[in-house]
Amino acid sequence: MDRVKDLASKKAAVIFTKSSCCMCHSITQLFYELGASPAVHELDNDPYGRQMEWALRSLGCNPSVPAVFIGGKFVGSSKDVISLHVDGSLKQLLMDAKAIWF
Amino acid sequence: MGSRARTVNVSSTGDSNNVVNGMPSYAPPPPMPSSSSSMGIDATNVLPSRISEFGNLEQSLGFRVEDAINLSRNPLFNQLQLKSNSQALGADVQFGALSKMQSIANSDINISAAIAGSQALSLQKDSQPNLASTSAGHRENWGESNMADASPRTDTSTDDTEDKNQMPERGESSERSKDKADQKTLRRLAQNREAARKSRLRKKAYVQQLESSRLKLTQLEQELQRARQQGIFISSSGDQTHSMSGNGAMAFDVEYARWLEEHNRQTNELRAAINSHAGDIELRTIVDNFMTQFDDIFRLKGIAAKADVFHILSGMWKTPAERCFMWIGGFRSSELLKLLVNQLEPLTEQQLMGIYNLQQSSQQAEDALSQGMDALQQSLAETLANGAPNPSGSSGNVANYMGQMAMAMGKLGTLEGFLRQADNLRQQTLQQMLRILTTRQSARALLAISDYFSRLRALSSLWLARPRE
Repeated sequence: MDRVKDLASKKAAVIFTKSSCCMCHSITQLFYELGASPAVHELDNDPYGRQMEWALRSLGCNPSVPAVFIGGKFVGSSKDVISLHVDGSLKQLLMDAKAIWF
Repeated sequence: MGSRARTVNVSSTGDSNNVVNGMPSYAPPPPMPSSSSSMGIDATNVLPSRISEFGNLEQSLGFRVEDAINLSRNPLFNQLQLKSNSQALGADVQFGALSKMQSIANSDINISAAIAGSQALSLQKDSQPNLASTSAGHRENWGESNMADASPRTDTSTDDTEDKNQMPERGESSERSKDKADQKTLRRLAQNREAARKSRLRKKAYVQQLESSRLKLTQLEQELQRARQQGIFISSSGDQTHSMSGNGAMAFDVEYARWLEEHNRQTNELRAAINSHAGDIELRTIVDNFMTQFDDIFRLKGIAAKADVFHILSGMWKTPAERCFMWIGGFRSSELLKLLVNQLEPLTEQQLMGIYNLQQSSQQAEDALSQGMDALQQSLAETLANGAPNPSGSSGNVANYMGQMAMAMGKLGTLEGFLRQADNLRQQTLQQMLRILTTRQSARALLAISDYFSRLRALSSLWLARPRE
């Protein structure tokens, strides 16, 4: 959990993924499309991957990846991200966290 | 034959409430213990029946009546009467009573089962004090229009006059008609026999048909049982619940059909409300119900996807035209918004911005999901294509293959997730749209969407029905 929080605060937009997860790919692409440059951490390539996954689950993220943090705060999984994006909140969050400027 | 009351129960119990077929010659076998057909008439008979159509009865009776008449004239007939312990069954008893149902109903005509023989067209008699002997005592509604009931005097029977009917009900002996043409009598008898025989054959055929149907039914039931065990959903007839009681493609198709019906009904309601310039409150209610309907179908799709994601993704539950322009198991939200913008005028600046942003967001989300799907397909292809022949031998190959398959299976599992997110996107887009628009605009937007899809479905039908060279 500490590692998760630590990594999440290092950049305005942070996404935890797995290399095999295609939905993670989708969400990451969405962020790129919005102009944000998220930090992407692949759990299966991280030595502490398993604990991190467990930590993400305990935050309520289901499935555990993709897990999105904006401004150090946990936003949610793919479903939450899409919902926020549709009603315009995602962009606002990104702007507030200075991940994007317009 | 209009009144073809079918007797299903062909057992000999002769259930008194059975309805026999209007066909005069069809007479399922009654429990007729004593009546024999000494005259070659089958003692099948008289099941109590309800004659639904008097006219038919008369016609059918007509024939019978004639026979009855002739029968009664026949000295043999008397013998028969004696055999069957009916009471005073002379032809006299049955005079013309037949031709009028009321008279029969009222009469104490004794109907001899034996006589009734093949032609028992039963009349319904509620009170049958003098039921014919055919051990009919237990039958309540017995009415038989026996041949024997016919007036002994006429050959045409159905037009017997009333007084004629009433007159000879009791006790006149048949002797007096004996001197009438015996020829006629013999002919009548022959016809009787013929009719009886035909009746028997018909009955036999019917019974055989029933038997084979019964066998078929048993077989079908067994198949159904087997199919159920295999997890295929078979919807029971008359199932009115909305919950998915099973899983699988067929179950969803059934649910979808039901949903579509309700959806169409709501669309009509919406249309009526808009055209009649209904108030905002009413419109709001209708719009909310409409959205609940959409929530419903997304929920149903979710459940079905767990059972059979490929069925949903393939769009086999949609019409061909819809299927062609589908995107991940449903419609493309951004397309829908593009269609609507023109129809929704007038829109305020803010609304226009809102709709435009919504369109852009949904487009971006669609692109992201599409890219995810592409990545999935690529990954799957790589997994399956990774079939470099393993030099270490066949066992290695098999292990390789199984490993590949296992990995591929895992990837396929994520399809459901994509479908779920696609539906989520559709749902969110619709909801956001309603937040931007006023109630009235929302109503018109939903109606436009509904109409668009129903036209697309109609197009599919037309296309399928088009004449081909």
